[in-house]
Amino acid sequence: MTIIGNEGELVKSKFIESFMKNIFLISATMSIVAIVLICIFIFAGGLPFIEEYGLLNFILGTEWKPSDTPASYGILPMILGSLILTLGAIILGVPVGVLTATYLAKFSNKKLYKFLKPCINLMAGIPSIVYGFFALTAIVPIIRALVGGTGMNIITGSILLGIMILPTIISLSEAAIRAVPNSYYEGSIALGASHERAILSLVLPAARSGILSSIILGIGRAIGETMAVVLVAGNQARMPAGLTKGVRTMTTNIVIEMAYAADAHREALIATAVILLVFILIINGTFLILKRRSGI
Amino acid sequence: MDKIFIKNFNLYYDNFHALKNINMNIKEKEITALIGPSGCGKSTLLKSLNRMNDLVEGCRIEGDIFIDDKSIYGNGYDVTLLRKRIGMVFQKPNPFPMSIYDNIAYGPRIHGIKNKQKLDQIVERSLRAAAIWDEVKDDLKKSALRISGGQQQRLCIARALAVEPDVLLMDEPTSALDPISTAKIEELVQELKKDYTIVMVTHNMQQAARISDKTGFMLNGELIEFGKTVDMFTVPKDKRTEDYITGRFG
Repeated sequence: MTIIGNEGELVKSKFIESFMKNIFLISATMSIVAIVLICIFIFAGGLPFIEEYGLLNFILGTEWKPSDTPASYGILPMILGSLILTLGAIILGVPVGVLTATYLAKFSNKKLYKFLKPCINLMAGIPSIVYGFFALTAIVPIIRALVGGTGMNIITGSILLGIMILPTIISLSEAAIRAVPNSYYEGSIALGASHERAILSLVLPAARSGILSSIILGIGRAIGETMAVVLVAGNQARMPAGLTKGVRTMTTNIVIEMAYAADAHREALIATAVILLVFILIINGTFLILKRRSGI
Repeated sequence: MDKIFIKNFNLYYDNFHALKNINMNIKEKEITALIGPSGCGKSTLLKSLNRMNDLVEGCRIEGDIFIDDKSIYGNGYDVTLLRKRIGMVFQKPNPFPMSIYDNIAYGPRIHGIKNKQKLDQIVERSLRAAAIWDEVKDDLKKSALRISGGQQQRLCIARALAVEPDVLLMDEPTSALDPISTAKIEELVQELKKDYTIVMVTHNMQQAARISDKTGFMLNGELIEFGKTVDMFTVPKDKRTEDYITGRFG
C-alpha cells in the first residue's frame, strides 16, 4: 500500500502551503501597516495644532504670515492653489492622455508603438525636479512672452503638471482599453460600425472605470507634486489672483518653510500635511464610490 | 434563387492556405450548416461572408463572393453596409456591457436612428423575433451581463436582427450553452428561417442533421462535399465525409 507514503507527502505539502500563505499575508499586511503608520504620524503631529488654532481658522483663513506677531496660519490660499493647479492639469492632461492611450491601444501600428511605449515609460521615470527645470527653461519664457510678468504662474504650473500626469493616465488607460474583451469590438464591427465608431461608442465606455481610476491617480499625482511646482508656480502665499499670477500649493508651502520652521510654525506645516492627506483620502474615497456605481 | 454565391474562393493567412478553391451556392431562406473538424476553415469561410477576416492581419483572398449577384470584395462595396445586411452571432454570447435595451438599440443607433419611439419599436420587434421578449420585457433597463448564457445568446440574435439583415451568420452559436438553451436556440433558428437566410457553423453533427437544409463538409480548407442535409447524412458521396459523420475522426 502506498497510502502511508502519500500521507507523509500530504502533510509536507500542506505545511508548505500554509507557510507560503502566511508569507503572502505578511507581504500584503506590510503596505497596510505603512499607510496606518503614516496616518498616525501625520495626524499625531498636526491635529493638536489644528485643535488649538481652530479648524475653520486654519483651513478658511486667507492670511499666511508665520513671522508676524501674532502669527496667522490660514492655508486657504494654498488649498485653492493646489486645487486650481490640479484642475488645470486635469483639463490639459486628461484629454491628451486618454486619446493617446486610445491611439496606442487601437490605432498605432506596431513599429510606432515600439517607439512610443518606451518613451512614455521613460516619462514616468524622469525625476520631478528635471521636469521643473524643463518648465523653468522652456515653458516659463514662453508664458512670460505671452502674458508678461515673471512667467511663473497658474498657467505654467498647470501645463507642467498636465505633462507630468500624462504617463500615469496613458499607461493605466491603455491597460484598461486593452482589457476590454475583443468580443465587444467584434460584435460592434459585425453590426456595421466603423473602427472609430466601435471604439468611441463601445470600447472606451467599457473601459471607463479603468480610465477613471487613471484620472484619479493622475489627480493624486498632481496634488502631491512638489519639487517641480516649486520652481515654476511663483509660490506667493496669497489668495490666487488670476491665471497669470503666481500661486503656492500645500506641498510647496511645506517644502519651502520646513527647513527653518520651529514650534507653532512647524506644527502648522505638519497640519498642512494633514489637510493634504485628507484631500488624498477624499479623492480615493470618491473613486471607490464612483467605481462601485459604474460597475455594471 | 442563390442568395450567396462563392466562386473559386481562396484565402491565405500570410503563407497558410486556409481556404482552397471554395465554390458554393447558398439559397435564400434556407439553413446551411458547415461542419468539419477544428481548424478545417469553416469559421474562416463564415467570416469571409461578412468580411470580418479583414480585421485579421496578413489575410489575403483570391476569387470572389457574390451576395444578391454583387461582388462583396469588389471595388466600392461599402463594408459597413455589408455587415448591416449580414448579421453575425458569435460562439460565445457577447452582450455589450450596457442595458438590454441599449444592446438592441446599439445597431440602429450607429446607423443613424435617434427617434425614441422608433427605437422602442425596433427593440420590441427584435426581442420578439428572437423569442426573448416575454422573459425580459419588464427588465429592459437591466444590464445584459446579468441574464443567463442562453438568454444572452438570444439577446445577441435579437441585436443582430435589429439592423434588419437578410442573412444571419452563426458561428457555433450553441457550443457554450446547456442542452435546454441549445434546444431553444435551435427552435428559434428554424423559426427565423422563414425570413432569413442562415449560415451556421457547428461542431455538433446532430444539430446540423436536425435543423439544416444543406450541409457543407470541410476538411483542411477544402469543401469536400456540399448538398442536401438528408442526402449527406444518409448516403455521403465522399469517403472522408462518411468517415467524419460516422465518427471515425475529428
